[in-house]
Amino acid sequence: MANDPIHQFQIQKIFPIEVGGMDLSFTNSSLFMVLTVASAAAFLIFTTSGRGLIPSRAQSMSEMAYEFVAGMLRSSAGTEGMRFFPLVFSLFMFVLVANLLGMFPYFFTVTSHIIVTFALAMLVIGTVTIYGLMRHGTKFFHLFAPSGVPPVLLLIVAPIEVVSFLSRPISLSVRLFANMLAGHITLKVFAGFIVSMGAAGGLSAVGAILPLGMTVALTALEFLVAFLQAYVFTVLTCMYLNDALHPSH
Amino acid sequence: MAGDTHSNAEHNTEVGIPAEEHGAGFPPFDSTTYASQILWLALTFGVFYWIMKNVAVPRIAGILEDRKDRIAGDLAEANRLKQETDEAIAAYEQALSEARAKAHGIASETREKLKADQDARREKAEAELSEKLAAAEKHIAGVKSEALGQIEEIAGDTASALVEALVGRAPAKTDLTKALKSAMN
Repeated sequence: MANDPIHQFQIQKIFPIEVGGMDLSFTNSSLFMVLTVASAAAFLIFTTSGRGLIPSRAQSMSEMAYEFVAGMLRSSAGTEGMRFFPLVFSLFMFVLVANLLGMFPYFFTVTSHIIVTFALAMLVIGTVTIYGLMRHGTKFFHLFAPSGVPPVLLLIVAPIEVVSFLSRPISLSVRLFANMLAGHITLKVFAGFIVSMGAAGGLSAVGAILPLGMTVALTALEFLVAFLQAYVFTVLTCMYLNDALHPSH
Repeated sequence: MAGDTHSNAEHNTEVGIPAEEHGAGFPPFDSTTYASQILWLALTFGVFYWIMKNVAVPRIAGILEDRKDRIAGDLAEANRLKQETDEAIAAYEQALSEARAKAHGIASETREKLKADQDARREKAEAELSEKLAAAEKHIAGVKSEALGQIEEIAGDTASALVEALVGRAPAKTDLTKALKSAMN
């Protein structure tokens, strides 16, 4: 277990549940989803329970998170986009807290599984498509035919737009998944080097300082990535939601 | 990676240590766990979304709104107070200038009144004086004419006496008067 960089992504059953031949067990992944949701919700609710006119430090953090996401959504989807605020804010907080929880040693990273990030991406694209069709009807398909493009070029542009629309859930989910996965693997590999070089003794043990430094630096980088990927996921969500609101752009 | 599952899982090449039982190779691509992950994600994220939508977001929005309102209210109150102060200053200045104008009015009125009073008194005094002067002049003229009348008589008498002493007889009254008149003129 110790040096296998893939082991940290293993799903382990905690309470086996099986319904109609489908494995719906409560696993370590489920446990960390619950932890993510519980800690994020608890933080946001308890820090704002004072409803201070002058915020405490913790309340300020909750307000900053709120205003950060509100600013993103407002700048890319306009004031109209604020109707999606609870969804976007939930996505941002969920991804951010899941990523940050994953930074604890021995903790499971929920977002390092493609199915989780893909489900979240499909939630976004599904919302965009359904809301876009409900609100604009067939005009939603103007998304694939930008105004001002000559009809001849449209033959080329429209398929490109369709492909780009279809690839959105893939790029959105793979970006987050791959970043979290690769980061954790790299961290584990470098940390493994420290142990194996140290165990070798002699000059090699002294040289183990190099992967140690690397691990420290990577840890800092991973914290950055954890935040950055949550931010990127949210920004792209905002931009896609803008398409649902204003498909003719 | 998910393709060549078992051979890889049993001999994890990356660190050179035999791996434990991995089941189906690379865990993120193990589709047997997908159903459970999707279910639990839907449950947890659903609950999280509900909490965000109904508790956290309205609460934080309320806090921010209250603060914005409070700041706007305080600014409006400050503006109102400033306006009140400005009004008070304007009223004070107006009252001051009114008082100054009034004081000025009273002063000039008093001055006029005093001047008129003085003028009247002076005129009265002057009139009295000129009256007295006229009376005095009249009196002097009276006395003078009386004296002049007596002078004629005295001169006639004296001339008559002188003529009598010189000639020995008194001149005729008419001659005497004629002579006197020519002599005096």
